[in-house]
Amino acid sequence: MSTEHNPTKYYVPDQSIWPIIGAIALGLIAFGAGHYTIEYSKEEAGFGHYVLGAGLLVLVIMLVGWFGDQIRESRAGLYNTQLGQSYRQGMLWFIFSEVMFFLAFFGALFYARMIAVPWLGGAGNNEMTGEIIWPTFEAIWPLTTTPDGTTTEAMGWFGLPLLNTIILVISSVTLHFAHHALEVGKRGTLKTWLFITIALGLVFLFFQGYEYYHAYHDLGLTLQSGIYGNTFFLLTGFHGLHVTLGAILLIVMFGRVLAGHFDKDNQFAFMAAAWYWHFVDVVWICLFVFVYIL
Amino acid sequence: MSTVVADAHDAHDEHHDHKPTGIKRWIFTTNHKDIGTLYLWFSFIMFLLGGSFALMIRMELFQPGMQVIDPHFFNQMTTMHGVIMVFGAVMPAFTGLANWMVPLMIGAPDMALPRMNNWSFWILPVAFLIMLSSMFVPGGGPAFGWTFYAPLSTTYSADSTALFVFAMHIMGMSSIMGAINVIVTIMNMRAPGMTYMKMPLFVWTWFITAFLLIAVMPVLAGVVTMVLTDKFFGTSFFAAAGGGDPVLFQHLFWFFGHPEVYIMILPSFGIVSAIIPAFARKPLFGYASMVYATASIAGLSFLVWAHHMFTTGMPTVASLMFMYMTMLIAVPTGVKVFNWVSTMWRGAMTFETPMLFAIAFVILFTIGGLSGIMLAITPVDYQYHDTYFVVAHFHYVLVSGAVFSIMAAAYYWLPKWSGVMYDEGLAKLHFWCSLISVNILFFPMHFVGLAGMPRRYPDYALQFADINAIVSVGGFLFGFSQLIFLAVVLKCAMKKGEKAPAKPWEGAEGLEWTVPSPAPYHTFDTPPEVK
Repeated sequence: MSTEHNPTKYYVPDQSIWPIIGAIALGLIAFGAGHYTIEYSKEEAGFGHYVLGAGLLVLVIMLVGWFGDQIRESRAGLYNTQLGQSYRQGMLWFIFSEVMFFLAFFGALFYARMIAVPWLGGAGNNEMTGEIIWPTFEAIWPLTTTPDGTTTEAMGWFGLPLLNTIILVISSVTLHFAHHALEVGKRGTLKTWLFITIALGLVFLFFQGYEYYHAYHDLGLTLQSGIYGNTFFLLTGFHGLHVTLGAILLIVMFGRVLAGHFDKDNQFAFMAAAWYWHFVDVVWICLFVFVYIL
Repeated sequence: MSTVVADAHDAHDEHHDHKPTGIKRWIFTTNHKDIGTLYLWFSFIMFLLGGSFALMIRMELFQPGMQVIDPHFFNQMTTMHGVIMVFGAVMPAFTGLANWMVPLMIGAPDMALPRMNNWSFWILPVAFLIMLSSMFVPGGGPAFGWTFYAPLSTTYSADSTALFVFAMHIMGMSSIMGAINVIVTIMNMRAPGMTYMKMPLFVWTWFITAFLLIAVMPVLAGVVTMVLTDKFFGTSFFAAAGGGDPVLFQHLFWFFGHPEVYIMILPSFGIVSAIIPAFARKPLFGYASMVYATASIAGLSFLVWAHHMFTTGMPTVASLMFMYMTMLIAVPTGVKVFNWVSTMWRGAMTFETPMLFAIAFVILFTIGGLSGIMLAITPVDYQYHDTYFVVAHFHYVLVSGAVFSIMAAAYYWLPKWSGVMYDEGLAKLHFWCSLISVNILFFPMHFVGLAGMPRRYPDYALQFADINAIVSVGGFLFGFSQLIFLAVVLKCAMKKGEKAPAKPWEGAEGLEWTVPSPAPYHTFDTPPEVK
């Protein structure tokens, strides 16, 4: 923390070009992704993917630039304790918003399992639905045969998913060890544990990719296989994207650790990345229980 | 880029009221007042645009039969009117007010995360450009209502749905970031001595609103994503043939949607709770009960979503639960109305424009609240559902509720923002024109609704003709009355008017009145001491 700054004075950052560049990036991404989706569904050639690609590129430039500025300002000691506090609270609220995002998909899963599928099978006062519209439909979960007759096989929980669960749980523990090493100033231990965490995360992602391959090629479980496949792929897919983002964050942190950044009192970015990683781990445990086992 | 750091450093030591100039000031700004101004102007422009779409609707409905626009375009107008007014006009107006006023009210120098603040604003015009551009995609724009019920938005929608979904994602990001900024500012940037129970109610209501936003905007992101995959990528979340259920859409949407309607009214409660004491020259009656009432309304808002869905064939037990929970909301809301009336009781009242709008808010919002209780009664709702009675209800709470409170806030704080007093004569004219026309516009809708006229149709039975003609006249009167408001604001923006003192309202309380008018570019660099 800088001593030249009066601690009773707030730090108000100066103007920055990065937010507006970020706005342009998001605009290009949304516009491009929208048009690409339309073109993809109609199997037409178009400009969507170019705009989307340009948007992603601008986004990467913005992230590097913006975070670069933040890191330089932080290293220059411009930030005070209060700003650190704001960052921490901001990150926690962001994670809370992510929890609510996953809740929407878990909500869809629970509704499908507990209400929609049983009703289609004639539960409650819906006997005629089953009798008249889909007489052969059987309400089971995992829903391996949909009312319109699409069939699939369910993904078991033993084997790869269990292994992945163990990997992710261990990675949370190793990250905690890394954080502890940072707190007590053991840089070597910090690097080792952080490296192991990142490696575990990447192994998880590799296995997840393999599981998708297995689902598509051996089980016939695809995004189009009815509500079971829908909830399976959107939940695990969004989780996988979050693991990817978390792994990128941790890799950046690893680079900063190698560059000698962070100490006991100045470690917000590391802490935020660690919180994010633990959050992703908790989501996976819920996924493992509700999507795979039950 | 290391020079940036050095510059920032020097810049901070040298000066304090240096304002960047030109367009760069607005594009790169990290100043809460600039960003607040941007939000407020954006919201005003969207209000006029969304309003002109509403006038298209009213033009078509002036007479039965097909008059001016074709049904598909009519549906696009109802959709765009709703989306623009909710996400483009009301929510950004409140965020703009929060940006301007929350730091001033709690004695903070700025918002907690000023650069993110800039980002949350500037992605909003971008999102609306994409949303509006969707109307020019072959097949037409979104035409499924702002509630985009499946299967209207999946099986039966146009290609433009993809753009609708991604634009909604950006709006959601904007709201979430804005809300995180507000909530962190309130938790972390209060001046010494500004304890939670000393915060002005506007700050309290925004604190709770921000929590609601962070909790439900991600659910909206989830549900639009499912619409996208259902329409374009072959999933069947909302299709029974694949084991899904269109009613699931409504559950997810209204789990977002009901807290969302409170997001659009809680800050109004804060505004009115600031204005009524100022012009009644009495402290607010029941401050603590106001805080608890706001918190209970927010808590209950998560437990009432299915009152929008009584006619979907839910089990009776569920309907009854949602009915009782909904009615329970009348209790804390009643506490608020009681407190506002008690604040005015035996007060030394004067009726400047902010006060007129605030009093109109209390009365008209109460009308909207009471029709809400009627709608909450499950068996009765079977008749009201999807009729103009519902339209009348939510326009009473949103237009003569939320929008009136925003106007009250604008008049109340315009002297602080611009440094000049607004034109009281024009403002009063604006108030009376708005008050009369808003009632001509929305009150008769109750009658056609009860008589069975459904919403969102471009044509109607002959028996509804006379009332619809009256409503359309009211619509145009209300729409054009807002140009008076534009004139008042422009006069202030051009600094035409009497110079405003630091505290133009005799009975006003709060830290915002301790700084000069117009508020300097940087305020509270060193935190004030709050006793």
